[in-house]
Amino acid sequence: MAARPELMDYDKALEMFEPVVGFEVHVELSTKTKMFSDAPNEFGGEPNTNITPVDLGLPGSLPVVNGQAVKYAISLGLALGCSIAPTSRFARKNYFYPDLAKNYQISQSDEPIAFEGSVEVEMPDGTLFTVPVERAHMEEDAGKLTHVGGSTGRIQGAEYSLVDYNRAGVPLVEIVTHPIIGAEHLAPELGAAYVETIRDIVRGLGISEAKMERGNLRCDANISLRPRGQEKLGTRTETKNVNSFRAVERAIRYEIQRQAAILAAGGSITQETRHWHEDTGRTSAGRPKSDADDYRYFPEPDLLPVEPSLELIDELRAALPESPAVMRTRLKAEWGFTDLEFQDVKNAGLLGEIVETVSAGSSPQAARKWWTGEIARLANAAGPEVEASSLVTPQQVAELITLIDSGELTDRLARQVLEGVIAGEGSPSEVVEKRGLKVVSDDGALIAAIDDALAAQPDVLAKIRDGKVQAAGAVIGAVMKAMKGQADAARVRELVLERAQA
Amino acid sequence: MSDDLIRLSAADLASKLASGEVSSVEATKAHLDRIASVDKDVHAFLHVSEAALQTAAEIDAKRKAGEKLGPLAGVPIAIKDVLCTSDMPSTSGSKILEGWVPPYDATVVAKLRAADLVPLGKTNMDEFAMGSSTEFSAYGPTHNPWNLDRIPGGSGGGSAAAVAAFEAPLALGSDTGGSIRQPGAVTGTVGVKPTYGSVSRYGAIALASSLDQVGPVSRTVLDSALLHDVIKGHDKRDSTSLRDEWPSFADAATAGLAPGSLQGVKIGIVKELNGDGFQQGVKARFADAVALLTSAGAEIVEVSAPSFEYAISAYYLILPAEASSNLAKFDSVRFGLRVNPEGGGTVEQVMSATREQGFGPEVKRRIILGTYALSAGYYDAYYGSAQKVRTLVQRDFARMFDEVDILLSPSAPTTAFPIGEKIDDPLAMYLNDLTTIPANLAGIPGMSIPMGLADEDGLPTGIQLMAPAREDARLYTYGAALEQLFEQSWGHTLISKAPSLSASEQSAATEGVV
Repeated sequence: MAARPELMDYDKALEMFEPVVGFEVHVELSTKTKMFSDAPNEFGGEPNTNITPVDLGLPGSLPVVNGQAVKYAISLGLALGCSIAPTSRFARKNYFYPDLAKNYQISQSDEPIAFEGSVEVEMPDGTLFTVPVERAHMEEDAGKLTHVGGSTGRIQGAEYSLVDYNRAGVPLVEIVTHPIIGAEHLAPELGAAYVETIRDIVRGLGISEAKMERGNLRCDANISLRPRGQEKLGTRTETKNVNSFRAVERAIRYEIQRQAAILAAGGSITQETRHWHEDTGRTSAGRPKSDADDYRYFPEPDLLPVEPSLELIDELRAALPESPAVMRTRLKAEWGFTDLEFQDVKNAGLLGEIVETVSAGSSPQAARKWWTGEIARLANAAGPEVEASSLVTPQQVAELITLIDSGELTDRLARQVLEGVIAGEGSPSEVVEKRGLKVVSDDGALIAAIDDALAAQPDVLAKIRDGKVQAAGAVIGAVMKAMKGQADAARVRELVLERAQA
Repeated sequence: MSDDLIRLSAADLASKLASGEVSSVEATKAHLDRIASVDKDVHAFLHVSEAALQTAAEIDAKRKAGEKLGPLAGVPIAIKDVLCTSDMPSTSGSKILEGWVPPYDATVVAKLRAADLVPLGKTNMDEFAMGSSTEFSAYGPTHNPWNLDRIPGGSGGGSAAAVAAFEAPLALGSDTGGSIRQPGAVTGTVGVKPTYGSVSRYGAIALASSLDQVGPVSRTVLDSALLHDVIKGHDKRDSTSLRDEWPSFADAATAGLAPGSLQGVKIGIVKELNGDGFQQGVKARFADAVALLTSAGAEIVEVSAPSFEYAISAYYLILPAEASSNLAKFDSVRFGLRVNPEGGGTVEQVMSATREQGFGPEVKRRIILGTYALSAGYYDAYYGSAQKVRTLVQRDFARMFDEVDILLSPSAPTTAFPIGEKIDDPLAMYLNDLTTIPANLAGIPGMSIPMGLADEDGLPTGIQLMAPAREDARLYTYGAALEQLFEQSWGHTLISKAPSLSASEQSAATEGVV
């Protein structure tokens, strides 16, 4: 085991070096079929079932471009502010690897479908940072290898490997940025925010599930350092397997500290891929990688050039949803949230949930209060991996809020209903019914309980009659207890004061 | 009777089948008997179908039931082993695919079945269609029916020899640089490379994707036309396939038989494709052909294509480049041969051992050439330059076709050479395709038809007709007309002069009866 590498203090590293980052984000498109075959494009499934001769690269089989995937790629290119190439071409990227059925990947090389754009990324402090996009190109995913018999699950030391081609041929768009300069000490946060923005864009377009944990969205982070004042970019590493926004941030921070320590000690950075390890928070060396890696690209002779009509491009442009940055500005104004409230919602990743809850009929403030309050608390209590959005649906939350607004539930009762919904007992109304949690709004029943309570506490009754209204609290408490909490406390208070004078 | 059946053209056999004079079972049996009798000497087939008679019986039953059948229904056909067949091994002549039965039919094979032809078996070929003699088959060479010591051409020597030896009236071939036309020339048969994209490549095990085209092999021009009519057309599984509506090629061929069909036709003789390196007997027969055409009223002009000088060099960069990538899939992981190195090994070592043992010398040579040509730093000089030559070849053709209706050349520079003669001389072997390669580079259609026997060795020569892209019909019209002219001038078909091959006592007895 290699010794734990030296890390330089982050602030010191930033003092000595300027970080330059760059990203390659792969987006799996959620088309019905694969990029070049009519096999279903579905996650999971028994190994090697979503395949055709094309996905297995059987002799004689030929690829056919999925038109929907091309449309999705164009939409994504447009959303990234890119130019769309009137003619783009597929190329073969040749290398031998068992997860690659043909031993070449059909990708795009020097003629990508979209090129030169930019993405406005909102930094944690709310400022915008412009990330320059070099290109977005179409390609096919590889299969999945499972290494069996080794201790690490990696290919080294494995006894044998299993290969599943279900994922082979799934359509991908790879978005490549130019080197990003100027993020300085916020480079790690920029990385996370950039990937999150891409996630929001593709979700907004409806072209990908964009779940990082499923690999729908994958990020490779290129990181290099250059001494302050130097023009030439330093040698970069490419960190793979960073599968959450947080991981992107941590990996960049780690690499900056690691590279700074090496450079400051007079060493040099090896150009290589590195693997991010979520558990240890470290990267480890992968394979050496150089600009001279020879994939022997050449134009894919089995496919014609992709030549989208101007009409199609215009049509897709017209159908683009608002960019996440524009949408956020609009929502903030529409909802009337304070900066702090809006940041809270955004940082919790709950914007989408609130949009949907509001569109299901809730007030924005009520939606915000429940999502960032009780639901977030329950998610947190359930474990670090649990997302609030996985507990309940916006429709359920909206229904809950409607019940509160109509006076059928108190906040306290609503929390119990929420627990029931999360426990799978049904919709909020169904939980109310099953658990018998309705607010008692029958004054007759309340008055009977109040009269009993007053009779039981004659001293309190006397105090109220003396004008010491705050003494009513004790009676109200007793009544609420008797009603098992299913009463509106405000109404109880009104009635207590009324009956005390009777 | 059975000897008569095998000597019929596909068109004549089809009409006897249609009239009920002959059954498909009888026709199929006759060809299977012929295969049993001569193929041990010819070795045209790698696999003979066990289902052929059953298929024939089913077609006979359909006909009996009054079903409307296609023009070639019930006619047997041989299929080059480069094509995927779901009921027979498809090896492309390679050990690396020995015994591999694909889970699907090539589109052209599916079309044959839909048109009720009877697949007889799979024919021999140079491994992965790399070669001009069929000597590079991993399963041993095919012998030329005209002289068993000679090569039958390549890569489709098996299909051409099967048709020349009357083992099948029709065959499918594939032509990347002449693999249909050159074997046609040296076996005295007809072969057509259609316009690129006019016949689906789906299920044709790829050699060089931008050059490969599946096409018909037969003994007459009309038969090729009939077969081309079956296999042509758009296929949504092949992105490079054209969406054109094609005319009837059989009608085009029939039109060529009308009197005066060559009157006023402008025919270009390509200067660069009739040069010094050509065998004397080939040049003499070509001169005869030109004289015949002139006497039939055609206008002969000499045209020049300066870029053709570089065509063969460009071809031997583009083809290996594409092939090196197309053949990467043969890695033992999903199908085909797997060789485990002694003591086991990593997946890379298994891939390497498999490819080392599974590929023959010519395949390895071209993979290395192509890998080199695509390498960073060499790409522009080799692959890039070759693509530029390709553009120049296309321009030369366009210019020539502005002037003439069709182009003519010998189909091959020589007659069939002895087996073994060029096996160790790749460059000499590559020159066999000198005349046929330009059509592949340009994507235009080309046809070879028998041109007579060379005086010095009595072996067949072939003449090549080339037409502009999408004008395959012209080949059939003028090809049929020229075929008729030749046969009128000889007083017989060329193939009728082929040796009988019935050397065994049993066959001799049969011949005595006839």
